[in-house]
Amino acid sequence: MSMIDVNHKANQPLIELQGVTKVYGTGQAAMHALRGIDLRIDEGEFVAVMGPSGSGKSTCMNILGCLDTPTAGVYKFKGIEVGKLTRTQRTRLRRFYLGFVFQGYNLLSRTSALENVELPLIYRRVPADEHRARALKTLEKVGLKGWESHTPGELSGGQQQRVAIARAIVTDPAVLFADEPTGNLDTARSLEIMDLLTGLNRDPGVTIVMVTHEMDMAAYAKRIIHFLDGLVASGEERGRAT
Amino acid sequence: MLWTTIILALREIKRNVMRSFLTILGIVIGVGAVITMVTIGGGATAQIQEQIASMGSNVLIVTPGKRIGPGHSSGNILFKQADGEAILRDVSSIAAVAPISSKSLQAVFGNENWSTSVTGSDNTFLRVSNRSIKAGRQFSDSELRAGAAVCLVGETVRKKLFGGQESLGENIRLEKLSCQVIGVLEAKGQNTMGMDQDDIILIPLRTYQRRISGNLDIARFQLSVQDGASTEKAQQDIQSLMRERRRLSPSDDDNFNVMDMKEIANMLTGTTQLLTALLSAVAAVSLLVGGIGIMNIMLVSVTERTREIGIRLAIGALESEVLIQFLVEAVVLSSLGGLIGIVAALAGSVWLASVLRVPFVFNAGIIGVAFLFSAAVGVIFGYFPALKAARLDPIDALRYE
Repeated sequence: MSMIDVNHKANQPLIELQGVTKVYGTGQAAMHALRGIDLRIDEGEFVAVMGPSGSGKSTCMNILGCLDTPTAGVYKFKGIEVGKLTRTQRTRLRRFYLGFVFQGYNLLSRTSALENVELPLIYRRVPADEHRARALKTLEKVGLKGWESHTPGELSGGQQQRVAIARAIVTDPAVLFADEPTGNLDTARSLEIMDLLTGLNRDPGVTIVMVTHEMDMAAYAKRIIHFLDGLVASGEERGRAT
Repeated sequence: MLWTTIILALREIKRNVMRSFLTILGIVIGVGAVITMVTIGGGATAQIQEQIASMGSNVLIVTPGKRIGPGHSSGNILFKQADGEAILRDVSSIAAVAPISSKSLQAVFGNENWSTSVTGSDNTFLRVSNRSIKAGRQFSDSELRAGAAVCLVGETVRKKLFGGQESLGENIRLEKLSCQVIGVLEAKGQNTMGMDQDDIILIPLRTYQRRISGNLDIARFQLSVQDGASTEKAQQDIQSLMRERRRLSPSDDDNFNVMDMKEIANMLTGTTQLLTALLSAVAAVSLLVGGIGIMNIMLVSVTERTREIGIRLAIGALESEVLIQFLVEAVVLSSLGGLIGIVAALAGSVWLASVLRVPFVFNAGIIGVAFLFSAAVGVIFGYFPALKAARLDPIDALRYE
């Protein structure tokens, strides 16, 4: 099991997209999801991605999350061209550098919160005694101390999303991708989750890329990128004051 | 990692106890049937060998006709009393010769009647067939010479005709012959062919020839070879003697045959083993069917757990890790079926062995083979569903409802 060789230079952007396009299907039925995206995200950023349905933001997130590859253009993650990696290499990239939070939580059902959080550590071959301790610590960090043995079915939506966040950050990823993390939550719960994410961005400084279509939630980010018809419409820099 | 995967697989099986049980039922039945067949077959073979050993390895049987198979013959030229006398006289290694002729007849006593084998012979019969008398006495010389109407009865015949009553001194009617019971034979149980050796009425050969068959023919001879003498040598001597007596030219085939109990034993165990193999093969088909059942359920499971697979792939599980997870699940499932099958088969074999009255012979080899086979079924039939799971696209899998 080899780690991917990463030559990350200090001034290099963490994520860099150059003229990335994505086309589904061929010929007449071809659907251009992305029509040439240029994007740069640096370490420590908190970026919100906004845009109407079909604007290409989900496709872009899949590519950024190394779940998909661009049809054309270059995606560099820490200087590595992801499009040239094999499926296995991309899996290893996800395993060691990326964390995911989904709208639907996507926890393993009938599996305790603790075991859900341990899962990525198991795939990383972290020794058993160590991954238990790390998972417990991370659950505590997201405010779920005492809920470790509960299964998703026994947790509220907000709590489930906290478990999902714990699962995403337990590996100390380079980037946390959150796909509408508050989409299924009420306002109070949503605000709690956003507070948690901003806290993680501040300390220990997790880079966060979050898709949302709620302006209130996007407002927590330091930068908002608007997608429209497969293109970046604007990259609005917000005040760095937090 | 493998241990964790096995634990996860067991947890998955526990989640659907009923479904898991039905899935492995085919394997359970297959493994159970194969082991039971082989165990019972092995017991039967052991029993035959044991019986042969108890009869003594020094017994030869001379039957008329060309050798075709056990008990089969054709173109019979039957023997005469003189043949037996000649064998006893000229073949030095022969200790005793019992002439035997028998026929299936209805025996009647009072209101009871019972169809049994009536055998004409003499007291040598008791010696060469290793039997003794439980009550009464054997034939006297004068009874044998005169062809008296007397008989010895086997235990089965005694029970059927007399029940709890005293049998000695009573008269049994065999067709037109009415004969007096002078003795009861010690019970001996089934012989190697599964025939009840106690279902017999023994009368003097002369009586049989005069009153039942109406001729002087003798159907076969049963001989015992002297202790320490070679049965092969005795066989050859009898063969050349009989060829001479029957004036067979060197180009003629034997029109009689001399069988050693060892040969009979080999033939019988051969047949038993062939039957065992055939039945086991049929049972093994059930393992195949069980495998298909496992494949079916694993495919359903992959579809049901598409989202879970998507999550695992997204957070960094390799294709090979998902493949192994599902493969281990299938193997754990089928091995579990194998284990249950083994336990069921052992219990079933012990029970069946007592019902069929064959010894229970523990066969570790077939248990090992059956277990490995059940695990192999899991690998073979679990591979395709596992591959299907591993090849899922994480994006589609996560979106799957």
